[in-house]
Amino acid sequence: MPDGNKTGEAYWKANLRLVTICLIIWAIVSYGFGIILRPALDAIPVGGVGLGFWFAQQGSIYVFLVLIFYYASQMNKLDREFDVHED
Amino acid sequence: MELQTLTYIVVGATFALYFGIAIWARAGSTGEFYAAGRGVHPVANGMATAADWMSAASFISMAGLIAFMGYDASLFLMGWTGGYVLLAMLLAPYLRKFGKFTVPEFIGDRFYSQTARIVAVICLIIASITYVIGQMKGIGVAFSRFLEMPFDQGLFIGMGIVFVYAVLGGMKGITYTQIAQYCVLICAYTVPAIFISLHLTGVPLPQIGMFSSVQDGTPLLVKLDQTLVDLGFAQYTQLKGSMLNMVVYTFSLMIGTAGLPHVIIRFFTVPKVRDARASAGWALVFIAILYTTAPAVGSMAMFNLANTVQPGPVTAVDGSLSYEARPQWFKNWEKTGLLEFNDKNGDGRIQYRKGADNELRVDRDIMVLANPEIAKLPNWVIALVAAGGLAAALSTAAGLLLAISTAISHDLLKGVFTPDISETQELLAARVAMAGSIGVAGYLGLHPPDFAAGTVAIAFGLAASSIFPVLMMGIFNKRMNSQGAIAGMAAGIGITMLYVFQHKGIFFVPGTSFLGDMGPNWFFGISPNAFGGIGALVNFAVAIMVAKVTAPPPEHIQHLVEDIRIPKGATGAIDH
Repeated sequence: MPDGNKTGEAYWKANLRLVTICLIIWAIVSYGFGIILRPALDAIPVGGVGLGFWFAQQGSIYVFLVLIFYYASQMNKLDREFDVHED
Repeated sequence: MELQTLTYIVVGATFALYFGIAIWARAGSTGEFYAAGRGVHPVANGMATAADWMSAASFISMAGLIAFMGYDASLFLMGWTGGYVLLAMLLAPYLRKFGKFTVPEFIGDRFYSQTARIVAVICLIIASITYVIGQMKGIGVAFSRFLEMPFDQGLFIGMGIVFVYAVLGGMKGITYTQIAQYCVLICAYTVPAIFISLHLTGVPLPQIGMFSSVQDGTPLLVKLDQTLVDLGFAQYTQLKGSMLNMVVYTFSLMIGTAGLPHVIIRFFTVPKVRDARASAGWALVFIAILYTTAPAVGSMAMFNLANTVQPGPVTAVDGSLSYEARPQWFKNWEKTGLLEFNDKNGDGRIQYRKGADNELRVDRDIMVLANPEIAKLPNWVIALVAAGGLAAALSTAAGLLLAISTAISHDLLKGVFTPDISETQELLAARVAMAGSIGVAGYLGLHPPDFAAGTVAIAFGLAASSIFPVLMMGIFNKRMNSQGAIAGMAAGIGITMLYVFQHKGIFFVPGTSFLGDMGPNWFFGISPNAFGGIGALVNFAVAIMVAKVTAPPPEHIQHLVEDIRIPKGATGAIDH
């Protein structure tokens, strides 16, 4: 590991921060918008039904996709920044 | 052309394609047999993962589940896709960095314990075998329904095909056939959906069509709600069950998905750690194409069904369809027994209602299988749906069988019982284990044991309550030791199985359930299928407490954890 444990620890902390943010959004769109907050979101109609229904059957999946690709690209940046990337 | 002939041609052509790939992608080493030489492009691996993951149940049954459950079925959509976020961020890149071949191997090394490795092998085999029985049944059903072939003959043909490409090519053969199978199954799923969406709403994209308006200007879902309420059913777009159960069930499916070994091992096949992250995203892209189409298929199929049998107002006598005037597809599917009319009031009309007056029984699988006929699509589309259903079942079966056979040859033989065997011997053992697993799976498909009915509960319950937590703690908790991991796994599986068995019968044997499978007896209204999430929380809690009061893992294990956390130094592709 370059520069011993210090770099490794800082890299890991940055990674954990990123994962935490992503998983908070992951939980909000599925458990939040899709299930728990759905009755409240009924006030915002999409195609005749509430926004919560749209999130439960469509929107959450699209957000999951964006989250994974965002995470992957941010991690590529972190890998280089902390010089822990492959090749 | 006759539908039967056309179906034989289309299905035959796809099988010929799989054989061709099998011969081209033979495996020459254990590295190729277990991990396709780690040379699979992340997009290709994403496609193979999608086929690996989407089973006969996803292809045939899910849209039907959504059609009859409406909003409540969203838990399957979110649960079975949200797991990929966890896989991409919490497991896949680290397990790829670890650079070995199986899930039990990681557990055994990380927790420096053969016991932990053997416990993991047992969990993996139980979860995968129960899962594979469902696929074998799906293959037999698809053959008997589309090609009018006896169930067991269909099953033997399916076994024969998997045998050729899985025994010859291992992971390498399976990967490239899964890519072909994905293309077949996704075309078969989306083509009818696009036509139905065009027909009902004028919008070609089903994902948008489902939120658009039908001919008279009312939104499709609003009209569907009205129709169902008129017939006495609950509204399609509103929650019918308990919100807490929905949250816990979704959580269980998410972590269960992330913990299924046959999905995890697919991420060992990519060349780099960063490919593993991106590949999880690509897998979800290919899965999402089907999973965002499914709710449209479900709602539109329900809309078509309800409006076909109830063309007029419920109050009018002639509002219900006369049995004599039923369409051709109705007659076709009546023959299969998936659609049944029982003229209780003797008026010759089909009353589809909630409760005792109902005269129509509809099997949920019909929603996908009969779709092309309901939409009056040409015969080649129907033939394509048959090939798609078979592709979905075959690809998942092959992935599961690989997970089982590598656990036997690599973890049990090479890892525990006969560590001295050479690579050639291990490769032979892997092939024999694969052939044996196919035989066992085929036998169980023909003679399903009682517990096969609880496939989903067991496979997801085990993956969620044992495999996912132990993998995650192995990576994210440096202090986690073997005592904590083993106690956590035992507690997680124990409580989940206890809950499933007490409500569904010991090993699903009817009459042995001591609490009964009834809502009022469920703990806080959580259904047995949803309990894996609670089991996982118990696993985490027990493991952390036990690890706190026992000795920390040895120095070299802590270094191992530090090492898998960074991408640098990963072993690359084996022979590229």
